[in-house]
Amino acid sequence: MSEHEWIGGIIAAARPQAMAALVRNFRDLDAAEEAFQEACLRALKHWPRNGPPRDAAAWLIMVAKNAGIDSARKQSRLQPLPAEDMISDRSDVEMAEADRIDEADYRDDILRLLFVCCHPDLPATQQIALALRIVSGLSVKQIARAFLVSDAAMEQRITRAKARIAGGQVPFETPGAVERAERLAAVAAMIYLLFNEGYTTNVAEQGAKAALCEEAIRLARLLLRLFPTEPEIMGLTALLLLQHARADARFDADGAVVLLEHQNRDLWDRRLIAEGLALIDKAVRHRRPGPYQVQAAIAALHARAPSFAETDWEEIGQLYGTLERMQPSPVVTLNRAVAVWRSRGAADALALIAPLASKLDGYFYFHGARGAFLKELGRKDEARIAFDRAIALANTPAEAAHIREQIESLAAEEAPRSADQVVAK
Amino acid sequence: MQYAILCYHDEKVTCAWSKEQDDAVMAKLGAVMEKYSRQGKLGPVARLLPTTAATTLRKDREPALVVDGPFAETKEQLLGFYIIDCKDLEEALAFAKELAAANPGGAYEIRPVGVFFPGNAA
Repeated sequence: MSEHEWIGGIIAAARPQAMAALVRNFRDLDAAEEAFQEACLRALKHWPRNGPPRDAAAWLIMVAKNAGIDSARKQSRLQPLPAEDMISDRSDVEMAEADRIDEADYRDDILRLLFVCCHPDLPATQQIALALRIVSGLSVKQIARAFLVSDAAMEQRITRAKARIAGGQVPFETPGAVERAERLAAVAAMIYLLFNEGYTTNVAEQGAKAALCEEAIRLARLLLRLFPTEPEIMGLTALLLLQHARADARFDADGAVVLLEHQNRDLWDRRLIAEGLALIDKAVRHRRPGPYQVQAAIAALHARAPSFAETDWEEIGQLYGTLERMQPSPVVTLNRAVAVWRSRGAADALALIAPLASKLDGYFYFHGARGAFLKELGRKDEARIAFDRAIALANTPAEAAHIREQIESLAAEEAPRSADQVVAK
Repeated sequence: MQYAILCYHDEKVTCAWSKEQDDAVMAKLGAVMEKYSRQGKLGPVARLLPTTAATTLRKDREPALVVDGPFAETKEQLLGFYIIDCKDLEEALAFAKELAAANPGGAYEIRPVGVFFPGNAA
């Protein structure tokens, strides 16, 4: 690993904690960022010579605070600047600073920093972009590439988001238990959105977007380190790990989407799966179920199944039922129907989705699944109508192609294959 | 004498490695392991999952208490270990230095093994 790489790695790891402390200190995102940048430049200069400090975050915080003071003095032109060497490499000062970073304090600092990005006035894409910029420290260019927009457009988006936050109230007092739980939930939702933004169905975008999934996992682990006993944060982290584990199997050599049913399970990342399973195991012991844990438990059943055919669909159907009670939604019911189809057959599944027709009429997966149920029941004409409707609603050429295959197999009167789009998603 | 080489590093750093960086480090470590393995000196090796996946059983009370997370909150975490059979500390240190060249950052604790049970798990 090159010198630049190891320093980059240490700075990236220290960034959330350092930025969180600096935002509290300066009470301003831009000032904190500027001071942090300055500290990073000094780290690049000093660390190769003296080796990395024992506590990189404390070093960066101290140097950044001083740099902030420097720049304020520079602007007021009143006092001479201290010599640069005075503010670095003084391990006694560094240790004193480290002592002051109380563990509990920094936990709330980082949560606040993440929470600032989840401002309810900000649209989801702005929340994510801001978190990537401020917390993860990705460059505007990197974020723009992941969002598939121009650098200028992303710069503008982030500037706007910051302006909106600057106009509002950032809560700097230490949160109470209820407030902390609310913040945690908002931050978890933002991390999940970030992951989904990266979870593309298009192979051409996968390279650029994978960075978003990895960043989401990094933030989820960070959150879990801060709140190691929160089962929903374990569930969230497990869910992201288990889904990301399948990344290499989701597209074939031609770039077409490979549905869960047809994925080569040897390509699944066993280390991510092991971590995800360990976390969901831990979470379940708390007996405080929540939507992330339930979704992770579903993903865990897929990860544990040696093959698609050997998947525990009965259990998956029950878990979707649990999720439905927690977060009623026609899409969740549709997912349950697909599981019921596998465990109990198409007739039960079709009955389950009958009431959803009006709510999901504009939804590709609804018609795709309905067509598959009808087809299996031998109701070919109705199946064809459903599939035609699905093709009209397809979001990608790959989705349309998959449904067309279904129609062809209808015509050929072959044994039914599945349109298991919903579960595969 | 058998030594355990206990690997400590800031997992925030190692978890931030890209897959390519991780693979590159593992390949280099693999080369060192291969060398000692051919000499018949390498025992079991393990890489541990992040401490967020850990559970701790506090057995200093009755009943024992199950706690989420690692035993201790430290800046650097125990991330894995090697068992190696060496004639002396000098040789164990040489092995650790070779690993260190392949994977800089953090620290190795070189700890003589008292009782060793090779086990039979796959």
